[in-house]
Amino acid sequence: MWEAIASNQRRSRILIVLMGVLLILVGALIGLTVDPQWGGAAGSLVALAVWLVLWLTAVYGGDSILLSTAGAMPIQKEDAPRLWNVVEEMTIAGGLPLMPAIYLIESDALNAFAVGRKPTVAAVAVTSGLLKRLTRDELQGVIAHELSHIRNLDVRFMTLASVMVGAIAILADGFLRSLRFTGGRRSSRGSGSGQAQLIIFLLAIVVAILAPICAQILYFACSRRREFLADASAARLTRYPDGLASALEKIACGGAPTEPFSRALAPLFIVNPLQSGLAAGLFATHPPTQMRIEILRAMGGRAGYLDYESAYKKVCGEKEACLGARTLGEGDSVQARTATAEPEPQQEAIGRARDVAGLLGRLGQFLEIPCACGMIIKVPPEFKQSEVVCPRCGTTHEVPSAKPIEAQAAGAAREQTYQRKQAGAWESFRCACGQTVQLSPLFAGSHVVCPACKSTIMIAGAKPEMVVK
Amino acid sequence: MPLLLALLVPVIVLVILLLWFVATYNGLVQLRNAVKEAWAQIDVQLKRRHDLIPNLVETVKGYAGHERGTLDEVIQARTKAVSAQGPAEAGQAEQALTGALGRLMLLVENYPNLKANENFLALQEELSSTENKIGFARQYYNDSVLQFNTKIQSIPANIIAGMFNFTAASFFELTDQAEREAPQVKF
Repeated sequence: MWEAIASNQRRSRILIVLMGVLLILVGALIGLTVDPQWGGAAGSLVALAVWLVLWLTAVYGGDSILLSTAGAMPIQKEDAPRLWNVVEEMTIAGGLPLMPAIYLIESDALNAFAVGRKPTVAAVAVTSGLLKRLTRDELQGVIAHELSHIRNLDVRFMTLASVMVGAIAILADGFLRSLRFTGGRRSSRGSGSGQAQLIIFLLAIVVAILAPICAQILYFACSRRREFLADASAARLTRYPDGLASALEKIACGGAPTEPFSRALAPLFIVNPLQSGLAAGLFATHPPTQMRIEILRAMGGRAGYLDYESAYKKVCGEKEACLGARTLGEGDSVQARTATAEPEPQQEAIGRARDVAGLLGRLGQFLEIPCACGMIIKVPPEFKQSEVVCPRCGTTHEVPSAKPIEAQAAGAAREQTYQRKQAGAWESFRCACGQTVQLSPLFAGSHVVCPACKSTIMIAGAKPEMVVK
Repeated sequence: MPLLLALLVPVIVLVILLLWFVATYNGLVQLRNAVKEAWAQIDVQLKRRHDLIPNLVETVKGYAGHERGTLDEVIQARTKAVSAQGPAEAGQAEQALTGALGRLMLLVENYPNLKANENFLALQEELSSTENKIGFARQYYNDSVLQFNTKIQSIPANIIAGMFNFTAASFFELTDQAEREAPQVKF
């Protein structure tokens, strides 16, 4: 697994050098069209300067810019103990020197990403929707994938590469734009320098058009390869490829709303939130999610890099290796573990919510009256009536320590009784204070409270049949 | 001129050799430290488990105080694990503690109120996470040991390893016979 990182770095260096050559080439050619003698050197210097400025901004401000663009907030252990523990577990499994900071994005979308230019200053961000919907095993798979990006130094490399793509794009774009305004003038002046100048000029136009596209294709190819490697590492770290597979299934089917995430952030996420099924191909930052799921599912109870490699070959029908030959140490094939037993998350969540509600109720001195239908009626301390009607079955209960009804204590209002004419229809009558009181067809209680004067009005007569008594 | 060349070639070879030596030696030290660190991580997590147990026992007592036998068993197993000397004894004591905790968790199934208790749920999350962490720390330790051992046994690093007494580290094996046999598949 250390070979994986080493080979990764080697390939990255080659790519960065390639992109650098492309960048200098673009700069030099553009320079030459301006001034045939010194323009080449000046142009490449300008190109390098543009790149350096972009790179420094990305490295020293990049993480916080990305996190705040995504609306991610840092959290502590108390906010999400399960997430915290899973990140800690994966930090240990991956042997990272330091646990990354954890950020939460308030969003129902299902996604996650990692930032950090080196393993000691890294962060993972997870959407709250993901936290709610995934089981522990699935969450572990996602976090392992993200920590693998950090450990494989993917984030640093992708920043570097995307900044180079950006620099090339800025230069080429600037050049092509300037042509629109000064093109005629320059070509007439260039007639003196002869054919060589014209050839350089045409070459510059072609390179300015092609270079950004080439750079992007290189960048995307590398990005896809890194996604495969991060998936393979996640399977190896968790020893449970099915966890990540089913998490990817949930994320893919989540119908994630995409608006909150900008285009710049998209390549970072575990599943590209903006990419539709058809946009795959040369310009995709991620391999098709369906393919990633199939590979993970095809690992057949094993979890090593070699197992991922053979699953990849089986699914894609290709002989070419996806991880690179140097990735695979001898006999790097390990047994996967079985799923961890977990209570039904939905049930657990409801039970927990009830427990908290009950606790808060007791703290607030709510009275709890158990009803025969199974409902526990919680009566707030402000409740002044002597009786309460169960909202589920309509049974009337006495409130044990109810304070005397205000109206009675004051002796002002007479005892009011309303005789119902028929059950199961809307009825209305007037309270002594003049307020119109309505009874719904479903009303089955023995009294109502006037919304204006708060006095109790007894309801006599027929009740709907649904009453349980 | 030939004299200069004759002098220069050995010097260059010597410098290259020296550079290789430094790089390899530092690489070996780095790997050995990784193994040590991985071992320390296992210790940290085991200690964390010991710290969690008194709290857990107190919480369970509140709901199932009459289940003295299982509770005492857990407490005794913890005491033994805390005071264990050396890896062999520690391994055995930790295994016993895992068993006792497993029985305690089985017993908890009979107490729905306890299972719904916030405090208990938090403790259970901590405990199962700590057990995961022990497992992952062991996994990382074994990976590091494999890496280190492969390095010091292969040419040419084995020369330097022999000179400076880098000895192979031992794997963390499971002492529980049942757990060790689990992955075997018979056809």
